[in-house]
Amino acid sequence: MQNFLIFAILILGFIITFQIARASEFVSVIRGEEKTRKQTNKINAALLLVFLIVGMFGVYWTQHTLGDKILKLGTSASDHGILVDRMIKYTLIATGIVFVGTQTLLFWYSFKYQESDKRTVYYFPHNNKLELLWTVVPAIVLTILIGFGIVYWYRITGAAPANAMQIEVTGSQFKWEFRYPGKDGVFGKKYYKNIDEANDNPLGQIWEDAANHDDIYESGQIHLVVGKPVKLIIGAKDVIHSVGLPHFRLKMDAVPGTPTTLWFTPIKTTKDMIKETGNGKFVYEIACDQMCGAGHTGMRGEIIVETQEEFDQWMASQKPKYVQMKEAAAAPAAPAAAAKDSVAAPAPATADSITAAGAAKKDSTAK
Amino acid sequence: MSDTLHIQHEVASHGHSGEPHMHHHKETFISKYIFSMDHKMIAKQFLVTGIIWAIIGGLFSVLFRLQLGFPDQSFPILETFFGRWAEGGKIKPEFYYALTTMHGTVLIFFVLTAGLSGTFANLLIPLQVGARDMASPFMNMLSFWFFFAASIVMLSSLFTQTGPAAGGWTVYPPLSALGLASQGSKSGMDLWIIAMTLFVASQLLGGLNYISTILNMRTKGMSMTRMPLTIWAILFTAILGVLSFPVLLSGLVLLMFDRHLGTSFYLSDIFVAGQALPNEGGSAILYQHLFWFLGHPEVYIIILPTMGLASEILAINSRKPVFGYMAMIASLMAICVLAFLVWAHHMFVTGLNPFLGSVFVLLTLLIAIPSAIKVFNWITTIWRGNIRFTPAMLFAIGFVSIFISGGLTGIWLGNSTIDIHLHDTMFVIAHFHIVMGVSAFFGMFAGIYHWFPKLFGRFMNNTLGYIHFWVTLACAYLIFWPMHYQGMAGMPRRYLDKSSWVSFSQFHSLDAMITVATIIAFSVQLMFVFNYFYSMYKGRRVRSQNPWGATTLEWTTPIHPGHGNWEGEIPEVHRWAYDYSKDGRDFIPQTEPVGEDESAH
Ligand code: HEM
Ligand SMILES: [Cu+2]
Ligand SMILES: [Cu+2]
Repeated sequence: MQNFLIFAILILGFIITFQIARASEFVSVIRGEEKTRKQTNKINAALLLVFLIVGMFGVYWTQHTLGDKILKLGTSASDHGILVDRMIKYTLIATGIVFVGTQTLLFWYSFKYQESDKRTVYYFPHNNKLELLWTVVPAIVLTILIGFGIVYWYRITGAAPANAMQIEVTGSQFKWEFRYPGKDGVFGKKYYKNIDEANDNPLGQIWEDAANHDDIYESGQIHLVVGKPVKLIIGAKDVIHSVGLPHFRLKMDAVPGTPTTLWFTPIKTTKDMIKETGNGKFVYEIACDQMCGAGHTGMRGEIIVETQEEFDQWMASQKPKYVQMKEAAAAPAAPAAAAKDSVAAPAPATADSITAAGAAKKDSTAK
Repeated sequence: MSDTLHIQHEVASHGHSGEPHMHHHKETFISKYIFSMDHKMIAKQFLVTGIIWAIIGGLFSVLFRLQLGFPDQSFPILETFFGRWAEGGKIKPEFYYALTTMHGTVLIFFVLTAGLSGTFANLLIPLQVGARDMASPFMNMLSFWFFFAASIVMLSSLFTQTGPAAGGWTVYPPLSALGLASQGSKSGMDLWIIAMTLFVASQLLGGLNYISTILNMRTKGMSMTRMPLTIWAILFTAILGVLSFPVLLSGLVLLMFDRHLGTSFYLSDIFVAGQALPNEGGSAILYQHLFWFLGHPEVYIIILPTMGLASEILAINSRKPVFGYMAMIASLMAICVLAFLVWAHHMFVTGLNPFLGSVFVLLTLLIAIPSAIKVFNWITTIWRGNIRFTPAMLFAIGFVSIFISGGLTGIWLGNSTIDIHLHDTMFVIAHFHIVMGVSAFFGMFAGIYHWFPKLFGRFMNNTLGYIHFWVTLACAYLIFWPMHYQGMAGMPRRYLDKSSWVSFSQFHSLDAMITVATIIAFSVQLMFVFNYFYSMYKGRRVRSQNPWGATTLEWTTPIHPGHGNWEGEIPEVHRWAYDYSKDGRDFIPQTEPVGEDESAH
């Protein structure tokens, strides 16, 4: 019923508009097309000027109302993010000036040079000096932007420092899994055909490789140390995903078969951010940024940035997957444990992977 | 309005040799309206098909905006129409992604490539260069029918059991290669690939025809540097298409192999839906290189023709020559060349070699220079003119405004440092919808309002045209400007419900506002469509041969040109296309010989 009403109102509005439009055409024929044309010309010219003014006010208003809801420039939580923010600031200034300048000229000239019987048009087909000017000036400005951009880019994509903590990140529909190399600092080998979620091997680790025996597996959430560089080694099991870290201003695709890396240094703990944002529920989120199927929207992970002591304490409470696997195999209740895991892990066919992430989180805190 | 018509060229000389297809032979309904080989009729066929697709593609965006704007509400009407895709009146995720994928594919390829180039290249090339038809009218007809076949296949994919393709308009594998990974990667994806294959064939047939007609069939005196900018723009568009569409096709063929023949071009180390696939050694990134080697030129295939249309319309309605004609051509050429050298800016965060990345930053920002030149030249074109605000002119001005707004954010994204943060966020959505989607539509609307008299011998209703312009302009900014802010919050694109996120759930009311603006904008487009069809039959008749006082050749044809365009000989051209307000005359047609005492420009 409501739909029908809305529909009827739309149709009605449409018919009225159309009738007015048609009538105005008749009127113009009666009054003389030339006269009507000149009048509408004036109206449209004035509207263009109004649009410029209202539009510029709108730009200000948008900033006023939405400015608080974005990641403010200069508040990045990583060292690399500071560079990104700075680059955005420079670019914003350069493009902002051009935006205001060109839009103003465009609409102002449209208004100012509206048709008038008194005006003689200036025949002005070209002017080499002017054209050279507006080729060279943008070229210089762009060169400066490129210069900063490339320097920052190399700093961000350069090799990670030797003391960086390493974490392996694996995306799959629709969850994030992680691996710390453990005490030996070396990731054990893995092979995708070994993946066996029911038997405690969600990453396909090769248990024969001893380096695997102390690797710590996490699902849904990782811990980082503030001030300590971290290098993510990123992969995917099924389709392309992307590790999006908005607060750190970083992201890197997770591509099946082709590992990628990303490194940065977190500079603010989660607690710092709770204070800074005034949001008690604040948490660093990992957002999947590459369309990966029906549950893409819910492919969420969390990062906790904390001090070294807090981190060490947490790490001490973690059990390597290898040990879990052995225990499960040894215990008489093995099938039950395996079943529990496989409930939490598999990719849900529908989109409510939010629940999957939630379950995974519970899973990791429970252990 | 001046009526300086050049009747001398109108003198009929029927039976002239070398005019093989003048209207002497009888035309049946089928040969005239369906399997027509008249470029003007083919233009109309492209336009009408494009309009139908635009309504479908636009409607899809309204549907998924409903989900985005009002994620908690249910719309029973959706279930009525879409059944199990929208159980309980809520759009299912699979369906949401199917809608966005179809929206992108349809609007980018079927509307803004085929609909736009197909219409204006076919209409304007012969009329503006002075040819009776295209180099190969038959190939031209085939081009439309391949497009039509592509349309049918794409449309049919909407009705498959598992739904149409749903991996985004870029259809990245492995997602698009594995039916196990997504409903949309089942039969819908096969139909998508088949449709796009037919589409590429259509583009090649059309493009080769456009190029050969422009190069070989210009009338006497029409040197390349006397051609209107529309034709130059179309020439470069066609070159881009002919060189890049085959690369897309190759990428899609390999994708088809991976899907059905067990090859591993794009697949490696995959464990999906509980099973490990045998494929090893492929590269998913290879597809992205092949795709974007077309994908980037594609965005210029969309915008270049509208740059041509806007240049022409701005000059005519300012009664002033286009400023910097040669610079306009040079910048079109620079864009055409650079367009092939920037594709990896869509792939900065795929693990691309950082050095390679920096080369692409350089080339990408270089492409902003010719774009800037064009903007400055357009502004200088209207400067000290005597502007008539026809609906076409308003849309051309709107085009420039929108192109500026969207082009500037390209400078953000082209800088890889910034792109790390903004890639695949709503910021990119804002960038390309403004610079490509909305601007191209504005250019296209300008073209339709301007050349409607030539298409149908009638005018479109002006009042409806003005309402169309103002509402569309306002809504375009209302819809897309705030999306930059969502992107600056890091909000990823292609998220259908943000409520479970701490970082992205602060834009509820904004999303609702955008959805309302979308619905308004869409209704106004329906009004435009109504205006189009109504005016076709009932619009004010065109009484003078040259209603806008333009210099170009199409306005020397009869009001209703037959197949063959000119009744007598094809007129000869003596000057460039932009002698407006020269030596105290409002305009001097291209057909008028240069006078003895005329000042050179
Ligand atoms: C001023 C020059 C321009 C520059 C420097 C530029 C740069 C970029 C960059 C770097 C991206 C990738 C963003 C990302 O995915 O992270 C991008 C996306 C895009 N640009 Fe531009 N752009 C410019 C102008 C244009 C124009 C004129 C068009 C079309 C007419 C256009 C259409 C697009 C489209 C369609 C996408 C997104 C494709 C997708 O991911 O779905 N851009 N642009
Ligand atoms: Cu994902
Ligand atoms: Cu591009």
